[in-house]
Parts: sequence; structure tokens; C-alpha cells
Amino acid sequence: MSGESWKEIPIGGVIEKAGNSKEYKTGSWRSNRPIHVPDKCIHCMICWIVCPDCAVKAKDGNFSHFDYDYCKGCGNCAARCPKDAIVMKTELEAQKEDEK
Amino acid sequence: MSAKRTPRALTGDDAVGEAMRQINPDVVPAYPITPQTEIMHHFAKYVANGEVDTELICVESEHSAMSAAVGASCAGARVMTATAANGLALMWEIVYIAASTRLPIVMNVVNRALSGPINIHCDHSDSMGCRDSGWIQIYSETAQEAYEHTMMAMRIAENHDVLLPVMVCQDGFITSHSVERVDVFEDEDIKKWVGEFVPKYTLLNTDNPHTVGPLDLYDYYFEHKRQQMDAMEKAKGVIKQVFSEFEKFSGKPFDFIESYRLDDADTAIVALSSSCGTIKDVVDDLREKGQKVGLLKIRVFRPFMPEMITTALKSCKGVAILDRSASFGGFGGPIFTEVRSAFHEWKEKPHIINYIYGLGGREFTIKHAHQVFNELEEVKKGNLGIKVRSLGSRE
Amino acid sequence: MNLKELSKQEERLESGHRLCPGCALPMIARQLLHSLHGEPVVVGCATGCLEVSTTIYPYTAWKTPWIHNAFENVAATMSGAETAYRVLQKRGKIPKDKKIKFLAIGGDGGTYDIGLQSLSGTLERGHNLVYVCMDNEAYQNTGIQRSSSTPFAAATNTSPVGKIKKGKEQFKKDLTAVIAGHHIPYVAQASPHNWVDLMKKAEKAFAVEGPAFINTISPCVPGWGYKSDQTQEMARLAVDTCFWPLFEIENDVWKLNYNPGDKKEPIINWCKHQARFRHLLKPENKELLDKFQAHVDERWEWVKKQCGK
Repeated sequence: MSGESWKEIPIGGVIEKAGNSKEYKTGSWRSNRPIHVPDKCIHCMICWIVCPDCAVKAKDGNFSHFDYDYCKGCGNCAARCPKDAIVMKTELEAQKEDEK
Repeated sequence: MSAKRTPRALTGDDAVGEAMRQINPDVVPAYPITPQTEIMHHFAKYVANGEVDTELICVESEHSAMSAAVGASCAGARVMTATAANGLALMWEIVYIAASTRLPIVMNVVNRALSGPINIHCDHSDSMGCRDSGWIQIYSETAQEAYEHTMMAMRIAENHDVLLPVMVCQDGFITSHSVERVDVFEDEDIKKWVGEFVPKYTLLNTDNPHTVGPLDLYDYYFEHKRQQMDAMEKAKGVIKQVFSEFEKFSGKPFDFIESYRLDDADTAIVALSSSCGTIKDVVDDLREKGQKVGLLKIRVFRPFMPEMITTALKSCKGVAILDRSASFGGFGGPIFTEVRSAFHEWKEKPHIINYIYGLGGREFTIKHAHQVFNELEEVKKGNLGIKVRSLGSRE
Repeated sequence: MNLKELSKQEERLESGHRLCPGCALPMIARQLLHSLHGEPVVVGCATGCLEVSTTIYPYTAWKTPWIHNAFENVAATMSGAETAYRVLQKRGKIPKDKKIKFLAIGGDGGTYDIGLQSLSGTLERGHNLVYVCMDNEAYQNTGIQRSSSTPFAAATNTSPVGKIKKGKEQFKKDLTAVIAGHHIPYVAQASPHNWVDLMKKAEKAFAVEGPAFINTISPCVPGWGYKSDQTQEMARLAVDTCFWPLFEIENDVWKLNYNPGDKKEPIINWCKHQARFRHLLKPENKELLDKFQAHVDERWEWVKKQCGK
């Protein structure tokens, strides 16, 4: 069995590394993928505030990219986008397009 | 030279209130329950008069008392509380969490029978019920001991090799409401002896945040339990050290157990708390009559010290274990099963029987202690009869 | 609330948590954390979806100090932590100028039901903390059982639709009004689809001296039975049907924050997207639907009256 022995972990169930959930990638759960359409985007950041997974990345107050390592593909960003600047595609579709 | 003491007439509850005043902990969340209430009355008065600057949180239940204790302790505070019986039962869930989160909370338990039917008097069903919760348990024979154990509990709990909560138990009404002579130390001496609490983790360290109380599944839960087992093992050394330091401070010896005239004893009683005083009187009486009898008082029940106990009883041919709590459907009370099991590897071991006694405050007098020593005369010959007996109930 | 500016703030709930896709809980949690604008905060969670999914050992999604104790005691636990902060500051063990906020979070099970006593005690004692209920209207974490917050007629695994019984028979408890009875400085109801409102309320809640309480509607994809991209829409409809009015009570003064007026939608518009209400679409259950609608209207009128409307 892998993992540390009881002598190597902090006592009391304490987790010392704040935010280490980043080591666990939830992107593999995704069956639908949001695709950003830059031409339509007005950088209102609604997608950023509604994302449950902090997977909409911002830079200097603008939309930067989706973090597909964590995006679970729920689609709330696309549903709330006022400019149709986010399109949901199935992962299969999106992967095929990636391969092109 | 031992520290200065002033004799005072105090009840067990007074004595613990006095100990808490001298310790002046950071936070005391508490909820009233007989016969613990007097402790909190005293303490509330000290708070109201500014004799301590503790934050007393008068919570709305014992469940919240232990919950707030956990929250405060996780935030790096020195935390004390007190309870009894049903109050302890209501805390139960969080009693386990306090231990597994490794929080050095000190709680005075004024032992009282668990309902039902409801009863306010002494037995040990409350604290014995949570003997496996991961708390260190120290039982007090007298108000003096309840006072001294509370001081020592603080040092034991907060030692970084331990970091476990400690229950200091005394007998409800018998000890908690009886006035005895209690020698009280000077405030300054106690303050110095108990020292400052240095937490290992604190939620208030917002620059270096950590998570407490996560979901801990089959990957690591066992490892955390293994750590608790190890902490209890380490507690044995720390308790010994604290006892010896307290002896230096007070001039009074302490040990996990107290052997009373056991050296050459043929028969002995094993008991906890106030009954030991009664038994000591009977031992003296019978010794005068030439009977080789003795008493083994267990002061520290958790961690349990099997070798120490068996060694102390090595000369005995007959031993009676007194349990002030019943284990319905089990093979005797909790002290009986553990002491008897401790003798397993011994080739020459005493014949051991169990008495369930004193439930719901049923009196335990010299008459009962005499009866036990009397019956041990047969037991020591191997005529065990009923192994688990009831003492003091109307049959 | 300028989203562009907020998006420059540090995220204090990290990615990698294991809440369902489309879950409202982290949406609300992020809004709460962003409303603090980087101020130090200690977060406590009652047992529930948010707690288990964000802290599966050895991982934590929290970049704030965080504590979970048990199901029914997050308020009492945080009252202890907040008290420790006050006393340690008083005793000079923490710098006098170090400000720390305390945020307790519970679901409806942990707040409306099993944790109500602990919460009530904490509010009565006046601890300086903010309690946020994320109300997803059932014990979703244990597999969708009814709570006192579950709406009338909603199907759950302990209030199923059968031949005789058609979902929950009782109306939802009005917890916010119960809390208002504690006369604490700040009480509010909010929704994650209206983040401006929610975050303003959070800012107010964190600013007051003494306890504050915010009840938030938290749509649940598997528990309510809707498509994962409709979480925001379910929250909006809860508000626009006036099932979940947005209001606040500052020092006992009620104020309505949003009134859809003529745009008030019938409750069926909310129900029809949710599997838990599917049976209400059947003609034979029209009576139930009417009863639900009548109750929503009655409650809405009551809230408006409290708010002097």
C-alpha cells in the first residue's frame, strides 16, 4: 500500500499545505468543453464569477483562458454569457478538432 | 523545599473552581449540570470580579460546550470546561473529535450516573463510557486530589509529545459537595508551575493557513488513529515526568496507581476515586487484626498501566475489582476486564472477581468493604463462585 | 462590484475540489471570499457537501484557515474560535491591530435542522461572526433526503412520490424569519445569480459588530434534477417566482432588495426544470401545484409587508 506512514504526516488530521487540491485534477470529469470565442467576448467577467471551479482564468481584469485541468464542463459560463462568446462542445468533438 | 500551602475548607467543586482560577485559562465554555454546577458558579464569580480574565462562554448545551472548546483550542487558546453524566453523553461525539484533533482541553468530570431513569448521584458510567474516546483519564479520591490533578492535567495535555485532552474525574456529591481540608498553593507559584501554553497549530495564523478536520477516508484515517495510540504511549512517560515535577513542587509523591499496604497482601481490592478512602480504613482495621489485606487505587485509568498494576498485586492470591459502572451483557465492568486481562501471561496469578457497586449513588461503606475482604477469603482459595457480583443492591 | 477589479483578487478557494459540475456551493463560497477583498478570515464548515468535497485528505481547496468539527455545531465551533481571538488579543498574544473575520458555513440540514440550536445560541451570545447558510433544500450530501427546508411537494428519497403521497407534505421552514427573531445587527437573503446583491450583503455582514446571518439559495444539480448549466438560472427563477425573495434586515429594519413586479413568474416556471417537481406537471396534481403557488404568494406578500411594501 502506498502513502506515508503515521510517523510522517501531521497529527490531528491537519493539512498544512493550503490549496493543495490543485494537485488533484478534475478536468478529466468533463464531457462538455467550453470554447472561448474571442471575437465576441467583451471581457465582462461574468463567466469568471459564476465558475464553480475557478477554471476561468483572468489576466489584468480580462478573460485569459479556461483551465481545462480543472474545468468540469458544467456550462454555467456559457449559459450566462451575454454575448454568446462561450460555446459548449462535447469533449469528443473538441478533441477531434484539437487533432486537426 | 516544597511550595507554600494554605489549608482551606473546600468541597471538591470548590477545589476545582480554585484550580481553574489559579490557571486562569483563555476560554471556558460551559453548560450547567448537577453536580458540576458549583464549579461554574465559582468560576463565573471569578470572571465577574475580574479575578481571572478568562472568556467564559455560557453555551446553550454541552454539545456546544465541547464544540466551542474545540473551536477555541484550534485557535490556540488554553481551554477548560467541566461536565457530568448526561452532559458528557451529549458531548460524546465531540469528545472523540477533541481527542482526534489532538486538542489539549482539560475537562473536570464530576462523575454521575447516566440516565435512565434520571439520577443525579455518583457512579462512573459517564466517564467509563468514554474510556476509549482518546482522552487521558485521571480519577481523584479527594477534593485535594481533584485540585492537584487539574494542575497536572494542564501540563500533561499541553506537552507536545502528548497533545491529548484530559478528563479529571471526581465523585459526584461524595467528593464534589463534601467539605474537606484542601491545601491550596499560592497563585503565583501555580502560575509559574503550569506555565504558558504554546499551541502547535492555530487557526489564527492567517499568514500560514492550514485545514483542520478534513474528510479522512481509508487512505489515512488509520494512520491518524495510529498516531493517537502513539500519543497515549508517549503520555505514559510525560505523566511520569509531570508527577515527578509536581512532587518536587509540592513534596507529595504521585504515581499512576497508589499501592496501599500491598507489599505482602494476600487479598486486595482494586478501586477508583472516593471509595478508596473507605477501603483504606477497612484495610487498616483488618491489618490490625492480622489480616494481610491491601488496596490498589488506580489514579490514571487512561493510559492503562497493565504491568504496574499486576506487579503491585503480585503477592495477592485473591483480588476483588470494584467497578462503579455496569457493562450490560459484558463479562464484568471495565476495570475488571482490563485488570484481569493484564494478568493473562502470569503463571501464578491471583483469583479475580468483580463487584459492580454504588450505581446511582448507592452508598458504599466500611460494611461493604468488609464484606468484600470477607468473601475474598474464599476466593483466594480458588472457590470463585459468581465471578461478577453485585454489591449493595437489594437481592 | 466591479467584476474586472474583483478578478484581480487572489482566489482563496482553489480548483481541484470535488463538488459536482455546476454546483452552486463554490459559486457562493467564492463570492463570499471575494467580498472580503483579501482580509484575513477563518472559515468553518458544517459537515456537508462543501465540507467533504473541498477537504478530502490529504487535499484542501482552502487557502484560508479552515475548520470542520461536526454536522450540527459549526456555529458553536466558530463562537469558540472567535472568542479565542478576542481573549488572545486582549492578553497580547496577537497584535492588537490584527483584524480577523470569522465565517461559518452550513447547509440547510446543518442550519435549519440539526444545527439550529447551536446557531441560535451563538447569535444570542453576540459573537462577532458571519453565518452563511447555503440552502440546497435537502440533505443532498447523504443522498437527497428531505429537510425542514425542502419545499412543499418536492420529491426526495425520504419524501418520494408514491401512490398516496406526492412529495413533501409540509411547507418550507422560514428560517430567515426565525433568525430575524434574534434581533441581530444584520440578516439577509441572497442568491448567487445576483452576485452584486450577494456580495454587497456579505460586505455589510462582515462589517457589522456582532453576529450576521445570510441565507443563500443554492441550487443542486443532482438533488433538484436539472441540467448542470442551469444552476444560475435555477437561482434566478427562485427569485423571480418570489419563492426566494431578496431582502435584508439591518438593525430590525426590513428592506426588499429586489421586486420583479409585473415580471413575477409563476412557480411552475421554476418547477418545470426540476425532476423533484416533475409530478406537479401532471394534471391530476394541479391541486398541489395550486397549493404551492398560493403559499408562495402568501409568503411573498408577508415579506413585502415586513419591508413596508
